[in-house]
Amino acid sequence: MEKLLEEFSLGLFFWQALLFVLLVLLLKKFAWKPILDSVNDREEGIKNALDSAEKAKLEMENLQADNQKLLKEARTERETMLKEARDIKNKMIEDAKGEAQDQANKLIQQAQAAIESEKKAAMAELKNHVAGLSLDIAEKVVRNELSNKDKQLQLVETMLGEKSLTEA
Amino acid sequence: MRRKISLKPITLLLLLVTFVSFGKEQGGHDESKTDKEAERKAYIQHHLQDTYDFGLFSYTTDKGEHKHVGFPLPVILWDNGLKVFSSSKFHHGETVAEVGGSFYKQHHGKIYKVDGLNGEIVLDDHHHATNEKPLDFSITKNVTMIIVVFLIMFFMFSRMAKAYKKNNGMPKGMGRLLEPIVLYIRDDIARPNIGEKHYKKYMSYLLTVFFFVWIINLFGLTPLGVNVTNNIAVTFCLAIITYLITTFSGKKDYWKHIFWMPGVPVPMKIILAPIELLGTIIKPFSLMIRLYANITAGHIVLMSLIAMMFTFQNWLGSSLSFLLAFVLGILELLVAALQAYIFTMLSALYFGAAVEEHDHHEAH
Repeated sequence: MEKLLEEFSLGLFFWQALLFVLLVLLLKKFAWKPILDSVNDREEGIKNALDSAEKAKLEMENLQADNQKLLKEARTERETMLKEARDIKNKMIEDAKGEAQDQANKLIQQAQAAIESEKKAAMAELKNHVAGLSLDIAEKVVRNELSNKDKQLQLVETMLGEKSLTEA
Repeated sequence: MRRKISLKPITLLLLLVTFVSFGKEQGGHDESKTDKEAERKAYIQHHLQDTYDFGLFSYTTDKGEHKHVGFPLPVILWDNGLKVFSSSKFHHGETVAEVGGSFYKQHHGKIYKVDGLNGEIVLDDHHHATNEKPLDFSITKNVTMIIVVFLIMFFMFSRMAKAYKKNNGMPKGMGRLLEPIVLYIRDDIARPNIGEKHYKKYMSYLLTVFFFVWIINLFGLTPLGVNVTNNIAVTFCLAIITYLITTFSGKKDYWKHIFWMPGVPVPMKIILAPIELLGTIIKPFSLMIRLYANITAGHIVLMSLIAMMFTFQNWLGSSLSFLLAFVLGILELLVAALQAYIFTMLSALYFGAAVEEHDHHEAH
């Protein structure tokens, strides 16, 4: 220990302290700070790049999922649209059919009604005509009948006999 | 496999024989041998010391002259005014330097004031010099190395930072090698020990101290013979900075844990307070001693092994010493980085303890 103290050189200590502290300060400004900063920047850059790559991958996956979803939606929409269109078509056909039926029914009814009324009219006319004819015939018959006296009596008698028979 | 096993005892035996023969030789009447050993010991001691000139190597000529190859460094003294002169005036510590009417002489790697050109260092009973010591702010060999490492680190890392800007935030050249180390300190030292919230403030200090200690330790292993971290002043300086940062960033919880430890009975609290307080000083102290002792020990052992190559002067002993020195040299390379790592790691740990915030309601 004594030897160490004896060996101790103040001058060397002075220069060492001065030069070393100066070296620390100089290197801090001109070497360590720029070196560590650029190493840090590089590390940050690498980290950021990795992060953004990861993010891009995630985004890509999301995008793909979105696409899938969109595709699925589009497909269902298309299907619904097709279904709707089919429904509408069916309905239209149905409607058209119904209307046509109605129209046809109506026409038939009208036709029937027209036929009926025509028939009635024809019947009435026929009746009138038959009645006229009958009257004519009857007139002719009666005239013919009544031209003979005996026969007139005979008729009265039968009529009467008939009458009593019905009354009895 | 069998051969290997049978070889081992033979080498061991041979080694023993050489040791024994060497011991015999030393026990003999060869005076120059012990002289040489003392010289080597002194050389190792000298190497561990700080010097006023940057000596690369020295040799002795055939005429017995000591030649030093290197260059002088400026000596800066404060002794009733600033005195700056070249260390060449000392002639490698062999002569007295005269500067502005004052005389200075080196003794055990320190500068003392002496009376005149022929002034002597006066020693007391404990072989300590009693002469006056001027305030010494010399640019010694170690200070030179600190300046060199300062410049290397500044240019290296500011260039690295510029390359990031030019290259769109990517490292280039040296940065590719250094970036993993910087990231290691951030992710495996600072973050887990200090915590995500506070670690950023301490990064500059941790990075600087790691690279400073590492680079300067590596320089210590070069044949330049510089050895900065085995100076207690240098490790003390680093440790005191860690201590100051720890103390000044200490949060309420940190001080509470020192002075009034939660979760223990009151008498224990009173006993624990001085222990904890002492602990705050022991922690940086251990940092200082650990770095100093590891590097010093490594250097002494390595140099001793190298010296042994010359001591043995036979092919087996010398080659074994060489092998050992080689293996140890590689180990020292690891130690250079390891000590830097440990210093940084423990500093981070202390900072982490200082800024930690936790619930005391839970059991401690």
